[in-house]
Amino acid sequence: MTELVSESSSIVPAVRVETKRQPLPPREQLETVFEIQDLDALYGSKPALKGVSFDVYKNLVTAIIGPSGCGKSTFIRCLNRMNDLVPGFRQHGTIRYHGYDISTRDVDPVAVRRTIGMVFQRPNPFPKSIFDNVAWGLKVLGMKDGLNDRVEKALTQAALWDEVKDRLKTNAMGLSGGQQQRLCIARAIAVEPDVVLMDEPASALDPIATQKIEELMHGLKSEYTFVIVTHNMQQAARVADMTAFFSISRGEEGQRWGELIEYDGTEKIFTAPSDKRTEDYVTGRFG
Amino acid sequence: MSATELSVFGRPNDRLRRRRRVNRVIELIAWLAAAVGVALLGVLVGYVALRGASQLSLGLLTKPQVPYALTSVSQGLANAFVGSLVIVGIATAMALPFGMLIAIYVSEFAPRAIKGFVGLVLDTLAGIPAIVVGIFVYGLLVVGHGQSGLDGSFAYAIIMLPFVARSTIEILALVPSSLREAGLALGAPRWRTTLGVVLPHAIGGILTGAVLAVARVAGETAPLLLTTSIVGQGIAWNPLHAMQTVPVAIYELADSPVPSDHALAWAGAFVLIVFILIVSLTARWLAGRSRRKLTGISR
Repeated sequence: MTELVSESSSIVPAVRVETKRQPLPPREQLETVFEIQDLDALYGSKPALKGVSFDVYKNLVTAIIGPSGCGKSTFIRCLNRMNDLVPGFRQHGTIRYHGYDISTRDVDPVAVRRTIGMVFQRPNPFPKSIFDNVAWGLKVLGMKDGLNDRVEKALTQAALWDEVKDRLKTNAMGLSGGQQQRLCIARAIAVEPDVVLMDEPASALDPIATQKIEELMHGLKSEYTFVIVTHNMQQAARVADMTAFFSISRGEEGQRWGELIEYDGTEKIFTAPSDKRTEDYVTGRFG
Repeated sequence: MSATELSVFGRPNDRLRRRRRVNRVIELIAWLAAAVGVALLGVLVGYVALRGASQLSLGLLTKPQVPYALTSVSQGLANAFVGSLVIVGIATAMALPFGMLIAIYVSEFAPRAIKGFVGLVLDTLAGIPAIVVGIFVYGLLVVGHGQSGLDGSFAYAIIMLPFVARSTIEILALVPSSLREAGLALGAPRWRTTLGVVLPHAIGGILTGAVLAVARVAGETAPLLLTTSIVGQGIAWNPLHAMQTVPVAIYELADSPVPSDHALAWAGAFVLIVFILIVSLTARWLAGRSRRKLTGISR
């Protein structure tokens, strides 16, 4: 820690990790997938998010970090209309997906989720066979041609094929937690989505399983756009190209809501953030 | 802790001793209650079996009743078993899909206000006495058309419906919402998710509930007296005519002046108990099997 004090001119984050991240291309060359403008989210009358605006770029991994209760999960679930399932949920503002506003009522959430897949915090495989877990979505969406090949490809991409190829007919509930989560990723990418949303995908997993999932994100981002919510700053620093930092703001009468504080390249967020609150968070002084 | 504080472990004082005594008494009372419950079933089954012993034979299941048999001819209750089986079968075929659909609507699609309202209606329906259901079906279907096994099935189905729907709603509530989300996040419509993910997860529990509803209804007598009790002789399979049933047969035989008929009634009652026992065991087996399947321990 003495070193840290002597080098007070530059920030030394609490997190220092190896990454395979490539340097970011200039933003003009990036294609925008999501254009989020003034997004407010409310549960009943309680605000969860206020005034979130930023762009998510294609073929990058975008991480959402921030303390508990800052609306990270609420935000990511806005992107594929998952919050429609929550009674009393409302949102304002626009979310343009390739230029098309997907947040309005006349947009069919089923169509949105068709191209924007999701992996959840807890592995939630169907209580079916490993094969059927991946094949079910394909069958429902009518992608039945070459079903076996599609299942094999998805399982291979999710780095699970070698472990399960001899027991595809066995129940997926018998897999370990890490295997189940990779199966969920295989299930999500089998239907060839454009974007994969990940809501703390590794929070219930051990470090080795976590590493596997991070590696497969690296391998797959040339084909998909990833948005990942994570509690774990090391994880954001390792996998993300862009990082959005959310924090909690407090109003009068004890109201709390989440806000976007800063959004920039991961390198910048972790080494030279422009906002004091981001700095406090990434250096471990807060949160 | 000092030695004096610890010494309470060695020498219990009066208060501790009293607490222990009270504890033992309460435990004993609870144990007795459980024992009485088990004994009650044992005595009941044993007594029924004993009274019907003279008629308990294979003939009971293969031979039909011989009405007004003043001499002790060899007779059985095959006609009643056939009738009960057909009527309960048809009732299940009516109540199970209908009840499941109600439950699916309530737990997967309905807004919260309607959920509560339908739940209240189901509870009320479940509380309606069987005789009232019998009179209703009698007035609706029997008057002017005559009795039939189908009328009895319909009355049974009305009694089963709230049980099936209620138990299915409860089972569907146990399906983790993360599974629904998993289905929906793939871009599957709600109905496909319900059919392909939620129902397969719940089917074991739903069938358990259905089987228990069968057990609940199989001994109901009142609705059958009004809808399918004036019967011909011999074994009949056609539900368009009135059919003899086990509960009605027991009711009539118990009232008969012939002593061997009484034994026949007891024997019928014994078979009914055994049937309900088997059905309950099936329900348990189904529940256990689906639990093993869902947690993946089986393979």
